[in-house]
Amino acid sequence: MSTPTTTRHPKLQEHFYNMDQQLEASTLGMWVFLVTEVMFFGGLFMAYIVYRHMYPHAWVEASHELNWQLGGLNTMVLIVSSLTMALAVRAAMLSEKKQQVFYLLTTMALGTVFLVVKFFEYKAKFEHHLVPGPHFNPALEQGMQIFFSLYFMMTGIHAAHMVIGLGIMTYIVINAAKGTYNAEYYGPVEVAGLYWHFVDIVWIFLFPLLYLLGRHGA
Amino acid sequence: MSNEASVHEQSYLGAPHGLASWLLTKDHKRIAILYLISITIFFAVGGTFAAMIRAELVTPQGDLLSSDLYNKVFTLHGVIMIFFFLIPSIPATLGNFLLPIMIGAKDLAFPRINLLSWYIYVIGATVTLAAVFNGGVDTGWTFYTPYSSMSSNTSVTTAALGVFITGFSSILTGFNFIVTLHRMRAPGMTWFRLPLFVWAQYATSLVMILGTPVVAITVLLVAAERALHLGIFDPKIGGDPVLFQHLFWFYSHPAVYIMILPAMGVVSELVAAMSRKQIFGYSFVAFSSLAIAIIGFLVWGHHLFVSSQSIYAGLVFSIITMMVAVPSAVKTFNWTATMYKGAISWESPTFWIFGFMGLFLVGGLTGLFLGAMGLDIHLTDTYFVVAHFHYIMVGGGVMGFLGGLHFWWPKMTGKMYNETAGKIAAMLVFFGFNATFFPQFIVGYMGMPRRYHAYPPEFQFFNVLSSAGAVLLGIGYTMIVIYLIYSLIKGPKAPANPWGATGLEWKIPSPPITHNFSEMPVVTEEAYDYQHAPAPQRGVK
Repeated sequence: MSTPTTTRHPKLQEHFYNMDQQLEASTLGMWVFLVTEVMFFGGLFMAYIVYRHMYPHAWVEASHELNWQLGGLNTMVLIVSSLTMALAVRAAMLSEKKQQVFYLLTTMALGTVFLVVKFFEYKAKFEHHLVPGPHFNPALEQGMQIFFSLYFMMTGIHAAHMVIGLGIMTYIVINAAKGTYNAEYYGPVEVAGLYWHFVDIVWIFLFPLLYLLGRHGA
Repeated sequence: MSNEASVHEQSYLGAPHGLASWLLTKDHKRIAILYLISITIFFAVGGTFAAMIRAELVTPQGDLLSSDLYNKVFTLHGVIMIFFFLIPSIPATLGNFLLPIMIGAKDLAFPRINLLSWYIYVIGATVTLAAVFNGGVDTGWTFYTPYSSMSSNTSVTTAALGVFITGFSSILTGFNFIVTLHRMRAPGMTWFRLPLFVWAQYATSLVMILGTPVVAITVLLVAAERALHLGIFDPKIGGDPVLFQHLFWFYSHPAVYIMILPAMGVVSELVAAMSRKQIFGYSFVAFSSLAIAIIGFLVWGHHLFVSSQSIYAGLVFSIITMMVAVPSAVKTFNWTATMYKGAISWESPTFWIFGFMGLFLVGGLTGLFLGAMGLDIHLTDTYFVVAHFHYIMVGGGVMGFLGGLHFWWPKMTGKMYNETAGKIAAMLVFFGFNATFFPQFIVGYMGMPRRYHAYPPEFQFFNVLSSAGAVLLGIGYTMIVIYLIYSLIKGPKAPANPWGATGLEWKIPSPPITHNFSEMPVVTEEAYDYQHAPAPQRGVK
């Protein structure tokens, strides 16, 4: 239903009345989606709390098996990627195409670095018989296997979110290079950014909980 | 409607034509119809499993189905009815169809995601059916560990993944509704002018987005434990199987409210329309939906009274469970007060809501029995529980769904069904339902446990009664399918507002045009303004 006095923006979907409504709907949509994500990871965090309480000593032992230097490096990588993502959104709002593409590609590169580091961490766990199942080192304390089950579930699902994020970024960067996003229409970049920040924040919780808690004095 | 009117000005059913135009549609009304067809198929499948259960239980001996097969049959009955029929039933069909229209919007906020949710539902259903044909599942719909994770050698992993996938279809529906309600309301459509059906959908959506992800991760953990040894519930490595029950019921108890809240929303609409009176205590009814959604998240522990939970925790869960009765009673009393001195007309939707209220009352009150910790020890895992939740989920949920379907069928399809057939079906279902499930309260109280294919001979009378009732119920449901389909072919054309009801959906043609409204509606009146409502157009040819 177009009114004769105003022309509709080509990116305005027909069921919205104006660009503001469309932008507000998409950002609220992402926030609501992130609430479901919090609950999704929340189940795992709940299990973490229960078992940490049940096996406090085993969990300290198990966290010593993790490489905090690599985890710390990955934390830095993700924090910087959040910064570049925020800059990409800003560039889109300012209609700066080159900057947008540059920052988006940097974000993607950092995300890839994270996954490569994660791969080497996982590889080490396989070598040290720390992967739950028949090959898990039987000499280890009761409870450590559960720690590693949770470690793999939590970081694995987080990594899956990173991979999905990289997929979204690929779509966004291709469109950004075509000059799709500008001050009038930057919703998709903003929404992708929200998702990316969320995935980073999950890691900000995972890193201390899995790698750091209980290490002091060791 | 003139010939030169654009595609968007034509009936949503007519243009464009062809299967592809339906399978790729972004129109919330067409997606609602896709869902309606899918859930009807699954209702029939789940009903067939129910028929097998009732046939086995006619005699005390386990003669018709082996115990293994019986385990699979009741599991699939539960999984299919809950995840593939009851949870999507009202939100994905009536909700999808009506919610944008009721608030004066052209569509949901994310039409493509809406279509995606249907495809996710279909994929999840296909995966679950693959489990059925690949040996079935025998864990019960609750997938309790450690049986599901360690002992069962049936297709638990596949079924769990099917449930996991389907969960996202429900999340996406809830998510879409919330954003739509916050951002797409027409000018003048304030929160307190929303129809109560919409409030109920809002409360339901909150439960969907907050609860469903938790069960998703829980069943994923079971699947990971079976497939990858990454589980955390395995007692051999120090895991706690009861943690599964906590995580599972954190969603699955609120899931009951996903089934009943939308039905309550339907009843609020129908009670006002059929007694031609403003709803009594609008804001109380609206907030009681939210109260049920919120309190519903704090009662899961009443499923664990006998699962090694501390009695102090049990005490708290018991008290909070009783509190759910308060908002539920608020609704029931307000509906009654709405009807008081109203001009009640005996149309078929009226029959369904009376049925709803009778059955929901029994279901709700027996819920208090089960919420009382001491009594629950006696009743746990007996047929009393089975009868209770069928009264809520089928007596409440399905009656509400069918009432809504009868009320909005003329709007959705543009056709009137046979009114007499509608009334007969409603009574068949009501009496059939009571005959099926009321004896189960008695036999359960006497101590008959659920989930066995054989039972002591003294329980036979009640079981025969129950199976006979199930036959009536089956006839009633089949009848509905027949006369509704018949109405599509031979039914008279429906007027825009056959019931003389208020609400934006009744101000547009039946069936609606693709864009719902030819110009943006502006709302100037409160909901349920029946003093100024148009007269019913039913008799008018």
